[in-house]
Amino acid sequence: MGKKAKMIINGKRLDGRSLEDFRPITVEVGVLKSAEGSAVFKFGDTYALAAVYGPRTMHPRHLQDPQRAILRCRYSMAPFSTNERVRPGVNRRSVEISKVLNEALSNVVFFEDYPKTGIDVFVEILQADASTRCAGLNAAALALVEAGVPIKDLISSCSVGKVDGEIVLDIGGDEDEFGEVDMATATIGNEDKFVLLQVDGIITKEDFFKLLDLARKGCAEIYERQKNAFKEKYKAGEIDVES
Amino acid sequence: MNELKSEIFVKDRQLVIPGETLAKGLDFLPSSGCYRVNNELKSKLLGLVKLKDRFIGIIPLAGVYIPKTGDGVIGLVEDMQTTIWIVDINSPYDAILPLSEAVGEYVDLNKTDISIYYDINDLIYAKVLNVSKSKQVQLTMNDHRARKLIGGRVLTITPSKVPRLIGKQGSMIELIKNKTKCQIIVGQNGVVWIKGEREGLAAKAILTIESESHITGLTDKITAMLEKGE
Repeated sequence: MGKKAKMIINGKRLDGRSLEDFRPITVEVGVLKSAEGSAVFKFGDTYALAAVYGPRTMHPRHLQDPQRAILRCRYSMAPFSTNERVRPGVNRRSVEISKVLNEALSNVVFFEDYPKTGIDVFVEILQADASTRCAGLNAAALALVEAGVPIKDLISSCSVGKVDGEIVLDIGGDEDEFGEVDMATATIGNEDKFVLLQVDGIITKEDFFKLLDLARKGCAEIYERQKNAFKEKYKAGEIDVES
Repeated sequence: MNELKSEIFVKDRQLVIPGETLAKGLDFLPSSGCYRVNNELKSKLLGLVKLKDRFIGIIPLAGVYIPKTGDGVIGLVEDMQTTIWIVDINSPYDAILPLSEAVGEYVDLNKTDISIYYDINDLIYAKVLNVSKSKQVQLTMNDHRARKLIGGRVLTITPSKVPRLIGKQGSMIELIKNKTKCQIIVGQNGVVWIKGEREGLAAKAILTIESESHITGLTDKITAMLEKGE
């Protein structure tokens, strides 16, 4: 698809949503059997699957830390995730995203609870339609909780940006390619603490603060959705266990 | 004076997720699975609230097994050195069983190969003697229940669901044992050993308990399942 003359008409975007709307969000936890924790997070057509293994014995051994656990994050896109085939394996982009996801998640994990171990987080993008790192981070946070890894709070992530001179929430589809600014953000829970902030594009200071304000609102909404995913899964009844 | 009012926001056995505020003020103390930040008690795990006097704790729904002194565990002998066995106990940390804790008699190491006691790939039920700060785990066979497990089959369940499998005063596990006439040993580490004629039925019941541990009326369901047979 080529560039549209206008991407926002009468306050409606290409897919018909208004400026501060998300694409339909789907959250699912506990989708993989063999992983200790797993989750799926979808922003419209962006489909991220995360799996957490561990805490488990850290291999190679020389990377073990006697005081704390080590978090390893791997982000990758499936070859069929976009129209053009993605070459499988590590590339510059996936190394960068793995690193920022790792740094974002490292802010909340209680590493000192599991000395000498490694926690592996795998984020796989099965279908990409912009904001993949945000969807991946949301899924990874859910998978960590499902795996029973102690964390301070969930991490909620969303993208904001500027398209046709308007500040918009949740960049999707052509807006990513032809928009002016694309900013990926993540917060700890719904607090005012950012753990991910990457901006692509040229932006004024005023606009930047407007984007941040919108990102806060967006992340708070995502946080609610993440919480509800757990409440829904375990609503069947409260476990009657003996401690 | 700076008088802070304490307040509790959760009730016993309520499902909480990490980051959820459990209580405010200094009158409540964090037990396992909680942390305190600026006067607020928050959960760090997905689990159920456990209230006991002033203590607030979380019973996790998932998670790996972390050895504790006194736990009875089932392990697989992985490796053998001159005077120790290395045992995999379904945990991030491997355990060590020293010869002195395994054998009561004098062993002349020049003449005996210690594999006559426990060999690689043997399954043992042992007790955790000690866990050091650097997570070195020591086992002991110095317990009346500790022994080598011969034959039978092994299942692994989520360690946090072991109490549910055992039930109140062992009611659930006794039910399965009586109905299937199997020997069953449950390790605190989530490894279950079953031996007997109707192993398959017992295994099925145990896996059902694991996957449906959060529903109420599970005992009736298991009873019906065991009555019906295969």
